[in-house]
Order: sequence, then C-alpha cells, then structure tokens
Amino acid sequence: MLSLFPKQLFLSDLLSLFFLCVIFIISLPSAIYSFGYLKGEYSPAKITLSWVLLIVFVLSMAAVVTVGNALIFLVAWEIMSLVSYFLVVFDTTHEKSIQAGTIYIIMTHIGTAFLIAAFLILYKYAHSFDFIAIKTACFIMPSQAKNTVFLLLLVGFGTKAGIVPLHIWLPYAHPQAPSHISSIMSGVMIKTAIYGIIRFVIFLLGVNSLWWGVLILVLAVISCLAGVIYALMERDIKRLLAYSSIENIGIILLGVGLAMLFMAMNKPYLAVFSLVAGLYHLVNHGIFKGLLFLCAGSVYKATGTRDIEKLGGLIKKMPQTAVYFLLGAMAISALPPLNGFVSEWLTLQAFFLGAFNLTGGMKLFLGICASLLALTSGLAAACFVKAFGVTFLGLPRSHYAESAKEVSLSMKSGMFFLSFLVVIFGLASSVIMKLLARVASAVMNIDVSSMSFSLNTFTLSPQPGRNIYLSAPALALWLIFFGIAGFAIYRIFGRGKEIVYKTWDCGYYKLGSRNEYTATAFSKPFRVAFNFFLLPYRKTQKIRESFYHVKSFTYETHTTKVFKKYIYEPVLVLIFRIANFMRRLQPGSIHLYLGYIFITLLLLIIFMGQF
Amino acid sequence: MIIILQIILFIVLAPFLSGLISKLKNNLRMRRGQSVLQPYYNLGKLFSKDEVVSQTASWIFRVTPFVVLSSTLAAALLIPVFILASTAHQMGDFLVLVFIFALGRFFLALSALDTGSSFGGMGASREMFISSLVEPAFCMAIFAISLQSGSTDISAFSGMHLIPVSSVVAAIALFLITIAETSRIPVDNQEAHLELTMVHEAMVLEYSGRRLALIEMASYVKQMIFFFLIAQVIFPIGELPIDLTQIIPWVLWYFCRIGIIAITVALVEVTIAKMRLFRVADFLGFAFVLGVIASICAILGV
Repeated sequence: MLSLFPKQLFLSDLLSLFFLCVIFIISLPSAIYSFGYLKGEYSPAKITLSWVLLIVFVLSMAAVVTVGNALIFLVAWEIMSLVSYFLVVFDTTHEKSIQAGTIYIIMTHIGTAFLIAAFLILYKYAHSFDFIAIKTACFIMPSQAKNTVFLLLLVGFGTKAGIVPLHIWLPYAHPQAPSHISSIMSGVMIKTAIYGIIRFVIFLLGVNSLWWGVLILVLAVISCLAGVIYALMERDIKRLLAYSSIENIGIILLGVGLAMLFMAMNKPYLAVFSLVAGLYHLVNHGIFKGLLFLCAGSVYKATGTRDIEKLGGLIKKMPQTAVYFLLGAMAISALPPLNGFVSEWLTLQAFFLGAFNLTGGMKLFLGICASLLALTSGLAAACFVKAFGVTFLGLPRSHYAESAKEVSLSMKSGMFFLSFLVVIFGLASSVIMKLLARVASAVMNIDVSSMSFSLNTFTLSPQPGRNIYLSAPALALWLIFFGIAGFAIYRIFGRGKEIVYKTWDCGYYKLGSRNEYTATAFSKPFRVAFNFFLLPYRKTQKIRESFYHVKSFTYETHTTKVFKKYIYEPVLVLIFRIANFMRRLQPGSIHLYLGYIFITLLLLIIFMGQF
Repeated sequence: MIIILQIILFIVLAPFLSGLISKLKNNLRMRRGQSVLQPYYNLGKLFSKDEVVSQTASWIFRVTPFVVLSSTLAAALLIPVFILASTAHQMGDFLVLVFIFALGRFFLALSALDTGSSFGGMGASREMFISSLVEPAFCMAIFAISLQSGSTDISAFSGMHLIPVSSVVAAIALFLITIAETSRIPVDNQEAHLELTMVHEAMVLEYSGRRLALIEMASYVKQMIFFFLIAQVIFPIGELPIDLTQIIPWVLWYFCRIGIIAITVALVEVTIAKMRLFRVADFLGFAFVLGVIASICAILGV
C-alpha cells in the first residue's frame, strides 16, 4: 500500500503554471462580476453559498492542474465535477436545472469511469500513481497497452471537454448555471480536460503512433462543424455560446492533434508550433468565451430572458455591454486584429506548414482539415452576426427588451477587464508566443532555444525562411489609419447633411418589430444547406372554432439532434429494457431473498475451494 | 511612398474596372450602355448628396462604412502590385486576406440588421451564408497555390515563369470565388434591385449619400484585389523592368491581364442566369472541389 502514498504532491512545471494562470485570469473577473449579478437575484444565504461553491470550484480546478499523483488527480477531478454539478443546479426552482444537472452528473461520471480504468492500467505497469513513476514506466510499456490507455483517456477527458459525440451534457449544463459560473465552466473547466490530454497523453504516455493524432484531428473537425452548426440554429443565447464552446474545443484540439501527429513523425519544430497554436487558442477561448457569457448574463439580468427572439435594440439601452459583446463576438469570429484571429491564423499555419513539410496524401488530409477550419470560422462569423445583431440591434421585440437597463459597475468592470485582454492578446502575440513556446517545450521535452516564431516584437513568423508573416499591431494601425483617412475624406469632401428618418418600409404605414428578420429566419439558409445533418422538421397545428373557421394556427420548426436521437436514446432504451428485466429478480418475497443469500454463499464456498 | 502609390492606384482605377465590365456587358447585349466613367460620376453624385440615416440605427450603422473601407484598403496593401513583394508583406500573408475581408463583411451584415428592415436581415443572412461557404473554397485554393512555393506569402508565387496545371485549376477556383465575393451573376446580381434575389444590395439598401459612396468604393477596390490575385496566379509577371524600352510592353501586358479577367467576368455574366440561393452551395462546392484537384496536382508536381 506504500506505493499509493504520493511522493510528489504538486507539480511545478510550466504546463501547470500556464493552466493556473488561465484559471485565475478568467475566474477573477467572473468573481468580480458575480457581486452585481447575484445581488437581487438570490437570497443572501444563497449568495454566501454561491461564494463558497465558487471558491471550492476554482481551488479544485487549480488542484487538478497542479497535482502530481493520479489518485489525487482523480479526487480533485471528482470534487471539481461535484461542485460544478451543485452550481449547475443552483437555480433549484427551475425544472430545467435539475434535468441539466442529472445529464451532467451522469455523463461526467461515465467519463471518470474511463479515467479510472486508464489509471489502473497505468498503475499495473508503474506500480505507483505518481506521475514520475508513470512516465518512466511508459517507456517500457507495450504499445498495445498504450493504445488502450490512450483510447480510455480520450473518452474520459473527451466527455469533460465536450468532444462530439460526447458533448451531449454541455449545451444543457453550461447555460443553466448562473452566468459567472457558465463563464468559468466554458472558459476554464472544459480546458482542464485539454490539460488532461496534454499531461497524460503527450507528457506521460508519449505519442507512439500516427493514428492517435489523426483520430484527434478527425474528432476535432467533427466537433468544430457540429458545434458551430448547432450554435447557428440556437435561439437561447447562453446555449448558443455553449455550442460554440464545443466548436472552439475542436479548434484547440486541432492544434493538440497536430502536435501529436508531428511528434509521431518526429518533426519537433512543427510539433512545438502546433501545440503553441492550440494553447494560444485555449487561453483566447477562455478569455472571449468568458466575456461573452458574462455579457449574456448581463442581458439576462437586464431583461429576464435568454431567448434572443424576444430581444433586440439593446445597444441603445445597454451601450457598454453591447461594446463588450461586440468585441467578444469579433474575437470569436476570428476578426483582425483581435486575439481569436491570431490563434486561428496560427492553427491554419500549423496545417499549412505541416503540408509543406510532409509528403503525399498527408498533405491533402491537412489541406482539407484546414479548409474545414476555414468553414468553421465562416459559420462562426455568421452565428455571431446573428447573436449580436438580433440581440442588440434593430427594434426591441418584446417588453423585456424595452425595459432593459445598463448593468451595475461591478458587472461592467468584469466585462471590461476581459475585453481589454481580448485586445491585448491580439496585439502582443509575439511575446505570448515566446512564453507559450517554453510551455510547449516543457511538455514535449524539446529544446526551443533555437526556435523563434517571431521576426521581431510585433511580427510573427511561423517558420524562418518561408516569408510568412503576420503583424497584428501593424494591421491594427493600418486599419485605424484608413478608417481615419476615410472619415477625413467623408468630412472634407462631403457637402450633404445627415437626416434622421424612418427605415424604408415599402410605403406601408408603419414598420414594427414584427417586420424584423428573426434569428430563426436568419439561420434558414444554413438549415436548408445542412439539412442532411440537422434533419429539420415542422409542426403545424390548426386550432379550429368549427370545421369551417380556423381560429389560430401554430407553426413550429425544429431540428433533430442526431447524436441524441441515434446514439443516446437507443442506449437509454436498452438500459431501461435491461433494468425492467432485472426487476423480476426483486419481487419482494423474503423467501426468495433468503434463497439468493444461500445460493451466493454456496457459490462463494465453491469459489474459495479452488484456492 | 510605394504604399501610398499603390493605394492611390487602387482607389483611382477600381471604379474604372467596374465601369469597363458594365460597358462590356452592355455591348455584348447589343446596347450602347453607360459611359465607362459612370462609376466615377456615381461616386461624385453620392458624395454631394444629403444622406438619410434610419432612426432605428445605432452607431454600428454609422461606423460600418469606414470599417468596410479601411479593411478593404488594408487588404489592398497585401497585394504585390509594382514590385514582386507586396510593400506591406510583413503585415500578413494570403490567409490574412480571408480574415480581413471577413471583418468588413461582419460589420456590413450587422449594419444591415441595425436598421430593423427585413430587407437588411435577408441580405445579411444570405451574405453570411454565401461567405461562410466561400471560406473553405478560398482556403483550399490558397492551399493549392502555396503548396507550389512552400509559403503562403502572396508574392511567393508571382515570380514563376512556367504556369503549372495546378495554378490554372486554382485560378479557376479563385475565379468562382471572385464571382461570389463580388456579388456577380450567377451568385448575386449587382444590377437587379428585386427583393427575392438581392444579397449585397439588400444589405446596403438603407445607405445613402456619402456613406453609400464609401461602401461602393470599397466594393470596387475589393473586386480589383480579386482580379489582381487571379492575375498573379495565372499570368505571373516579373518585376518592373529598369530598361525604358521594356517598360511599355510590361505595363501594357500588366493591364491586359486584368482586362482579360474583366472580359471573362462580363462574358459569364451575360451568358449565365442567376442561380437560386441554395444552388450557390453547389456552385461553391464545385469551387472547393477544384481547389482539392489543384492541390492534388500540386502534390503530384504538375
């Protein structure tokens, strides 16, 4: 039993440090935000409870990324899952919260079960749960066992990360939690799963075959596309953000998967570069998704609804929140010169560099993956045009939106801090790349002192000698310069004056919010184009007064959640069927139970007799 | 210095290119057509007019024309024009171009939603639909082109003398993308103002006066950027010669290349009917497949 006792409780390498930074950078503004958010929403006792849960939640995540022993890792992981469960069901008055919490706790425990299996296999070889012992054992581990461990870890961590098709819990659980918690869950908690993949697969296990990377790339591409297409269809603003988290986890995994691919092919430079791209997107996604969830929470707080079809025109009522949401939406749509743009460009470059350096069919595979990433970013832009445009622009669509007011100072300061980071992480990309390269080198044990991903302080250059550059600050300067120049020309040469008048209404009497384009209408072309995946269907119902007179007519359009319908529901039906069958064993008769005890005893005696 | 010259060239010549295409189209249809200089007259007229801003609109609507113009001009900086390497090639590469265009488009779609008109919403929805399908095709074409030179630098492939098969296929893919991005038939129609078919025009429906002039200017420049790109891929040209006797044929050929593309666009526009919106997905899917074919050609080394 001695080997169970950890020799090294905490790790202090750069990977742990990096994740600690990510956790605190996003948790801090969320905590500040929660002052204003919780006030008036919950009773004082519940607010105290939420603070306790928040602190335990953040500390458990910090423990997950720092402990150096697999057993303690599992304990921390479990505390994190349980506390986040309590936070998901925090709004106990909502029926939806309970349902979301149940789905979440079941899925997360299925994931943990896979992790336990993986750790037990590792223990069998290492005779210890310490990471150091596991790392040494992994050198001599047979590749068959390594493959099994890799698959178990992938399912285990994939459930937490929300990789499609294990994402099923994420769109339920993330929106139900209070918004500052949603922001931490989407911004940070699902990243601990990425930490797990990097720590256990890349750092401890060591990539030994090519198909590991390829498998992760394929899953990542599927996650990207499925996540963003579902997000496009969504009209609940927080659920839209949750789906978009699935997409962004996919983008992060593209970087990680590429790094694994290049490691297996023995291309250290490219492996470091891809991992850096992945880590860069990880921290960026934490920042802008955290920001967007906080903004969505502000909208919810101000209007009392999350349905964007009921919102509209908020930019006039909540001008500051609108600016923060716009910045977040621009960053997540990868628009220059913000941070999402830089990391998506780096990920695309990782694909391109890989294709330049590899041969044959692999080139084409990487090229197609890169184009699918481009498709994802195009769809994400459409999704966030919808999210921002329908929520904040146009006319208010209901009295909820009309009576909205700007949120309190503590909420604004939390959002301000994150939007500031959105800009900084875009402009200071060279410095951040340098830091991340050191993190990646610590993970992969590769010397990076000779590698330079940047030309100078302001210009990125993925591989020297290829003349590929990106300078976000220069781009920002030119954009501002041309904008100002355009404005100057506009003022100097324009002679006409500006008249404020009604929107063109085709000569009708009055244009109201009922005439506006809705979110559902906005996503219609996508619903038609991706109907093979979304399987949209309509429900119409006529409410008749009599046979001849139809009083009202309801019309609904839905999309089918294919993973839920064709994977999870059949499994659930099967489980229920087995359970029903097993129920026959327990009819409630005490004689039968005594019989069971007797039979069990007999079997045990026979079993013991064999030794 | 060269940067300023390049921007001026783009601003001065871009409306001419549009006028030329529309003149060609009219002549092909046996009409006399408007003057080649009509776009300049339009811009001048718009600049001197009053403008109407919707009372529903917020600052997004007022800012968008400047964002669209500045993003398009920033994209114009990345194109190598006078010399092989574009003057601002350290600012970004071929892929950055995709993202910069996305910036302008993002704001244009938002401004369309800002006025609360359903035309705007329709245009925004369709534009984002088309552009999101353009992006993978564009990326694939860039991939094919950059495979040959081993770099995504735009100037890297402009110095080639032999035109490989993959370049030709990629150029055709780029041409289809250009049609979609510059809202031309069969994807969109710049001439028609019918609500059922409008895409780009529906988005800018609420704009008038000077702001409309800026947006029109930006779309002229954007078109010219795409023409230059195609020209760089399919008719690569060397550096500006120092010898005076060679300069004139060089300059002539330089602009002939753009002319050839303009003629092709005009021919396509008069011979093909506009597609239904949902068939655009097939059209752009074809562009994507062409990109894949071009990549395969590049991998095979032809």
